[in-house]
Amino acid sequence: MEIIVCIKQVPDTTEVKIDPVTNTLMRQGVPSIVNPFDKNALEMGLQLKEQYGGKVTVVSMGPPQAKDALKECLAMGADAALLVSDRAFGGADTLATSYTLAQAVAKIGNYDLILCGKQAIDGDTAQVGPSMAEHLDIAMVTCVSKCEVNDGVVKVEREHEEGYEVIEGKFPMLLTVVKSANEPRFPTVRGTMKANRAEIPVWTAADITVDPDKIGLKGSPTQVSRIFTPESRTQGEMIQADSARDAANILIQKLQGMKVI
Amino acid sequence: MAIIIDKDTCIGCSACTSACPFGALEMQDDKAQVNDNCTTCGACVGVCPVSAISKPAMKSGAKVNKEDYKGVWVFLEHAEGQLRSVGLELLGQGRVLADKLGEELAAVLIGDNVEGLAKEAFASGAEKVYLVEGKEYAHYNTDAYTTAFSDLINSYKPSSILIGATTDGRDLGPRVACRTTAGLVADCTNLDVDTERGLVLWTRPAFGGNIMASIVCPDYRPQMGTVRPKVFKKPEPDYSKTGEIVRVASKVKPEDIRTKLVDVIKVCTTSVNLEEAEIIVSGGRGMCNPDNFKYIEELADLLGGAVGASRAAVDAGWKPAIHQVGQTGKTVGPKIYIACGISGAIQHLAGMSTSDIIIAINKDADANIFKFATYGIVGDVLEVLPAMIDELKKVKA
Repeated sequence: MEIIVCIKQVPDTTEVKIDPVTNTLMRQGVPSIVNPFDKNALEMGLQLKEQYGGKVTVVSMGPPQAKDALKECLAMGADAALLVSDRAFGGADTLATSYTLAQAVAKIGNYDLILCGKQAIDGDTAQVGPSMAEHLDIAMVTCVSKCEVNDGVVKVEREHEEGYEVIEGKFPMLLTVVKSANEPRFPTVRGTMKANRAEIPVWTAADITVDPDKIGLKGSPTQVSRIFTPESRTQGEMIQADSARDAANILIQKLQGMKVI
Repeated sequence: MAIIIDKDTCIGCSACTSACPFGALEMQDDKAQVNDNCTTCGACVGVCPVSAISKPAMKSGAKVNKEDYKGVWVFLEHAEGQLRSVGLELLGQGRVLADKLGEELAAVLIGDNVEGLAKEAFASGAEKVYLVEGKEYAHYNTDAYTTAFSDLINSYKPSSILIGATTDGRDLGPRVACRTTAGLVADCTNLDVDTERGLVLWTRPAFGGNIMASIVCPDYRPQMGTVRPKVFKKPEPDYSKTGEIVRVASKVKPEDIRTKLVDVIKVCTTSVNLEEAEIIVSGGRGMCNPDNFKYIEELADLLGGAVGASRAAVDAGWKPAIHQVGQTGKTVGPKIYIACGISGAIQHLAGMSTSDIIIAINKDADANIFKFATYGIVGDVLEVLPAMIDELKKVKA
């Protein structure tokens, strides 16, 4: 089974803080990590490979330093890595990014499954995976928590508001993977040493067939017009009481006042 | 492509470096320098005290005649013969946008035997309903719905499309936007119109909810967005209103549908249906261990509400991910949200800050959640919750 896992290097948004004085984002010292959902996608890919045989290739589009993220994936057990990187791709929104990645994946050519994380924690769009499937004109299932393959039939569970859907399809297929799918493994020492020695190939715009009108800022329909910090709500009322029971009673009176109970 | 810095004008004050949400500006030899992270968002342009920063003039790759695209559309999701509320919420706000743009408001209804739902759309402000019916649409399917929706867009050319940011909406949106080369903004929490430019202004949280970004789609059409449930109120239905049903024949062939739904497993009892819940009781790290979630469950049960959990509680394995509220979990907007032992990390607030009333119980008087709370109690949840349950039982008895 040929598996391609798409990953993104992201700032660890749980570590991002807002400067209380200037009201701006403090990025200093925020570590770059492999997008957590993408690790779930990689783990799913590695487990499928262990079960059915095959090869796992990780692909990322990003600046040169995204190689570090790819190396972490190699250390976890991926067989090969590829970075798609060019200044011409800069400023790409989800449409231009998915087009560029799809063109790279099309050049790799031979694949059965493409796995992506459900969304990236910096943008939270959940759009690049589905758009890639559309560019490649293949079937997809989003929010997958479980995947098995029998006689070329892919059977997945899709997380939904009300529970799960069981969906079947055939190769080639793109799946986006949710957190509850698995617990991503840690890189092994041996894997890390091997990954550090690995030469990661870089494909530029010249290496893949791209329409210059469809990449980077030029190929991006959406543009950020303004960035601002969210407003906090107006100050509420602190309930002062001598004991937990008194506080509970005051709160219940408030709830009664709202006709909730 | 990046913003342009006039090195001669730059005074090296570094105001722009902290304003950049992408870490794309650095100081080098006392001058600002742009790196590869630049997305040309322009957040730095306004903060430069000496106007040394400008956006590059850029010709878009768009190949559409914008004048051909008119009308605001809202996608109506349905399940078991009922419209999901998010569609009606979006009709309410869609009406506002359509009026500001001076365009008509239409709903898109795709399904099997769903014509009866059109009256709900008219009652909530739609002037027109585009209706595609067929057995293949009985349940949401990516391929069938994408084809039907894209055909509608290509035939009737709307300027703007609103889709609920639900599991299915976020599956359909990118697929349709890609097929029609449209701009799509994910997971919006506010919508307005830039009247000067005649563009929809899509606002959404970014960087885990740490900042908000307003996004526009100036050159491509349609301009699309998925919008979170519960950020807009459902309009009061007026059943005296009627409209035109435009029935469009289905063009989907069986071989176009590449995935097959074989089973639907409902695990969603009322205690997990967070999106529809009017009251949510949520627990976080302050619950200390999974056993203590029994208090959350009991209180939710007494109030007829649903059970939520913070990311910390889910990551610790105390509650399954289906209960998670926040940026990477569910977005909720109940009448009352009771946050128990939740510190109020920005990621959590991104998923619940539109709740009407927020009640926070936390040991730490400085916890961020109190800045957003309507009512706050500084105290140990493990004492306050049992007391509340006790007293509630007395009140109810």
